[in-house]
Amino acid sequence: MTNRWVLFVPLAIMGLLFGAFIYRLVTPAETLIQSQWIDKPMPLFDLPPATAGVEGLKSSQLADGKPRLVNVFASWCIPCRAEAPQLEALKAAGVPIDGIAIRDRPDDVAMFLREYGNPFDRIGADMQSSVQIALGSSGVPETFLIDGKGIIREQIQGVILADQVPEIVAKLEAMK
Amino acid sequence: MKAKHQRLILALVALGGVAGAGVLAASALSDEAAYFRTPVEIEDGKAEVGEAMRLGGMVAKGSIVRQADGLTIRFVATDGKASVPVEYKGIVPDLFGEESGMVADGRMRADGTFVADRILAKHDERYMPPQMGDMPKNMKAAAGV
Amino acid sequence: MIAELGLALLWIAAALACLSLVAGTLFLRGGSKDLAALVRPASVAQGVLTAAAFGLLIALFVRSDMSVELVARNSNSLKPMIFKIAGTWGNHEGSMLLWLMILSLSGGLIAIFEKRLREDTLVATLAAQAALSLGFFAFLLFSSNPFKRLPVAPPDGQGLNPLLQDIGLAFHPPTLYVGYVGLSVAFSFAVGALITREIGPAFARAMRPWVLGSWIFLTLGITAGSYWAYYELGWGGWWFWDPVENVSLVPWLAGAALLHSVAVTATRNALRAWTVMLAVIGFSMSMVGTFIVRSGLLTSVHSFAVDPERGTFLLVLMAIYIGGALTLFALRAGAVAEGKKFALLSREGSLVINNLLLTTILALVLLGTLYPIVAEAMGEKISVGPPYYNRVAGPLALILCLVMVAGPLLSWRKDDGKRLWSRLPLALFAGAAVLFALILFGGKVGILPLLGMTVAGIVAVASLAPLWGRNLRRTPLPTWGMVIAHFGVAVCLAGMGAESAFIKERLVAAAPGDDIRIGDFSVKFAGVKPVAGPNYTAIEGTLVATTSSGSRFTMKPEARTFPGLMGTAPTETNEAALLTRPGGQFYAVLGQPVTSDDGRADRYQIRLWWKPLVWWIWLGGALIAVGATLSMLGRAQLLAIWRARRARKLEERFAP
Repeated sequence: MTNRWVLFVPLAIMGLLFGAFIYRLVTPAETLIQSQWIDKPMPLFDLPPATAGVEGLKSSQLADGKPRLVNVFASWCIPCRAEAPQLEALKAAGVPIDGIAIRDRPDDVAMFLREYGNPFDRIGADMQSSVQIALGSSGVPETFLIDGKGIIREQIQGVILADQVPEIVAKLEAMK
Repeated sequence: MKAKHQRLILALVALGGVAGAGVLAASALSDEAAYFRTPVEIEDGKAEVGEAMRLGGMVAKGSIVRQADGLTIRFVATDGKASVPVEYKGIVPDLFGEESGMVADGRMRADGTFVADRILAKHDERYMPPQMGDMPKNMKAAAGV
Repeated sequence: MIAELGLALLWIAAALACLSLVAGTLFLRGGSKDLAALVRPASVAQGVLTAAAFGLLIALFVRSDMSVELVARNSNSLKPMIFKIAGTWGNHEGSMLLWLMILSLSGGLIAIFEKRLREDTLVATLAAQAALSLGFFAFLLFSSNPFKRLPVAPPDGQGLNPLLQDIGLAFHPPTLYVGYVGLSVAFSFAVGALITREIGPAFARAMRPWVLGSWIFLTLGITAGSYWAYYELGWGGWWFWDPVENVSLVPWLAGAALLHSVAVTATRNALRAWTVMLAVIGFSMSMVGTFIVRSGLLTSVHSFAVDPERGTFLLVLMAIYIGGALTLFALRAGAVAEGKKFALLSREGSLVINNLLLTTILALVLLGTLYPIVAEAMGEKISVGPPYYNRVAGPLALILCLVMVAGPLLSWRKDDGKRLWSRLPLALFAGAAVLFALILFGGKVGILPLLGMTVAGIVAVASLAPLWGRNLRRTPLPTWGMVIAHFGVAVCLAGMGAESAFIKERLVAAAPGDDIRIGDFSVKFAGVKPVAGPNYTAIEGTLVATTSSGSRFTMKPEARTFPGLMGTAPTETNEAALLTRPGGQFYAVLGQPVTSDDGRADRYQIRLWWKPLVWWIWLGGALIAVGATLSMLGRAQLLAIWRARRARKLEERFAP
């Protein structure tokens, strides 16, 4: 006679396998690379305006006492378009937002702002991605949470999702 | 009696086979599984010279240099915190470029250069997080209309 | 209207699945015979309706109806028609509907064609199939509705990615799906047989054509996928041990084990519990594989992004099905009477070893594929690559092939070693000849390719042995099938061995007019010229290869540039040029222009491979599929039915 418990071995193996799957589903793979600048002051830069009718962006302007967001975007980046409504919502919640346009043309930036709205106080043009690299940002869109002293507190890689908006507002509120 | 004897042999063969396969797998995994490293881990000395591994990072802007033979390229892979020079001989993959993500299979040379046998490029400009999927409003935006 | 009709059909089909399940369950618990009579027609109708719904989804893609979200997201009115159609299943929702359609259609086909099983086992099988489809109906209708409308229709869709417009990529997934889902029938048969405790030859014979059928599609899918990766990726490799490849290989291995063990159960009424378990494992592996790839648990070039909610839904579904089936197995299999006894040295004995080896390879491949997940749970990021798989699967596969040499030559129940030995000399001689030739003339050959080619020689001769001394016209189809499939394994193995052992590679920066020597060929780089395709521009290189016998052939590899879509960066791809010769294949890739020190771009990167016998790999795969097809035709007795029908017709014609 076969030992009865042997028959449960396949079930047990399956249980283990599914345990691993559940673990992986609960803790998605950590593939983000965090910036080296977290909890450090913003690197120094002075960017010209990205298009006509907006201000450029200087690193010194980021330490004016008000916590804010710096959004790294580009008109050629499709996810950035999807992010626009969330930035508008943040703007509406009273969050100051500055933008850095990466490798972009003034006309394209203007078009982008017309189509998807302009939540930005200032937009600097980073033609060579030099500021982006200095910030340790690895793609667009990315958003940095900066406290009133110009220190980077958090980096959000990828699109800000609608349900992240209240959380971001609360975090900036806490930095005041 | 004979049949029972045969069955026992069969069971032993099966058991031995499974145990052998287990040992084979364990030793092969410990020898052949390649660690996935980022430049900062290499800087921290986690990578031994000559050990097979997989390196992931961004190709630093302006770092791609083609050597005189026309075949070898050198570039710098970075993760923002540290960077590692990479050498590769061959035709780079379709989506490889400056400031794009890349994954390279290869090993470290004693001079601190990562010698890649194969390079895989990642393209993420069009990547959309799955959570975005069901939003018709954003969909319209994403469709570029 | 089409979208709404499609959705309605899906709901009705789901209701029918529910009906089959409830009626079947009630009948099995002692309900009336009328309930059982409902199950067959309900299964057929469910299959027809789901197929119709899928047809409507194709129609939406053909008409480019952008008011449907799925179409707007994955299609574009400018796409060529064939890619519009293929777009139907080139996304998460559509591929789930395809999966469900195959599941429902197979249920319908069992209901129509299966006449050999006891009525209650058949009802239990159909109820199990209905339960499987019900879960996927729920998944589709509640979390992935393919027919969802958009509030405002965009003027055009966003699915115009040139990289995804590839004919191989378009038809590869459906082929694999038929194979994956075909195994669901074996799963349902196993569950049905466990419920009614009818585990025996009748059950095995009913299951057999289905196992063979789905295994044919898996074989074709894997073979075609391998060739696609070979010519399209431009790396010249034919198997990368990528997670996606592995998860298609694992059900194939389970299917291979199952179709051999089911032979033992059908012919000798032995290995019954084992066959049932393999039938459960086969489809479980299909589901796990699809889930792993689809959920992004393992990253791969082919993965669709699936959000965690959907992933959890699928995981729960799978846990219910697999866990339920395995629990049923654990409770019932102990009561399965021991099968007929057999000696170790017998056909059964060799098939048991075959099954052990196949399942071991399966477990090791699965282990390698999942190990990175486990390792990451323990805080290490690890990738498991070809060296691991070659080292564990290579030797086991060779032993498996040697068992394959002996198996078909042994008789059922009991054989004696001397008799086996007397049937082998020619095959062993062939192997020895290959080995000596390789050692004498082959130069330095790795141990695995060397053994591979030697074993291929033995298998090639031994696989034909079952035909010796037989009247070929009277040899039954399944025997032909076995011989051809085993011969195909030898061809495939020889191709793999020769390619790995004798591959020649050159990587050069060449200026027009340069000669490149590779193997016995001299290749002249004649020059480049710009060409324009329908949606790309390209540089086309001209390479003229001259063989040692003096014949000339021209190859034109291309480096293509697709303009950036909607402001994205342009995409560059390499189109390899292939030249097939009797002795192998020539493979050429054109790379980027090389700038000299004086700033002129007068040289180009060119990568050349001479791959001896490489096409034998896919030829072998095709032969395996042909063999399995013959075997299936024999087992399904379609031919016998057809002959009987023709005989009857003839009789009628000549009747007075």
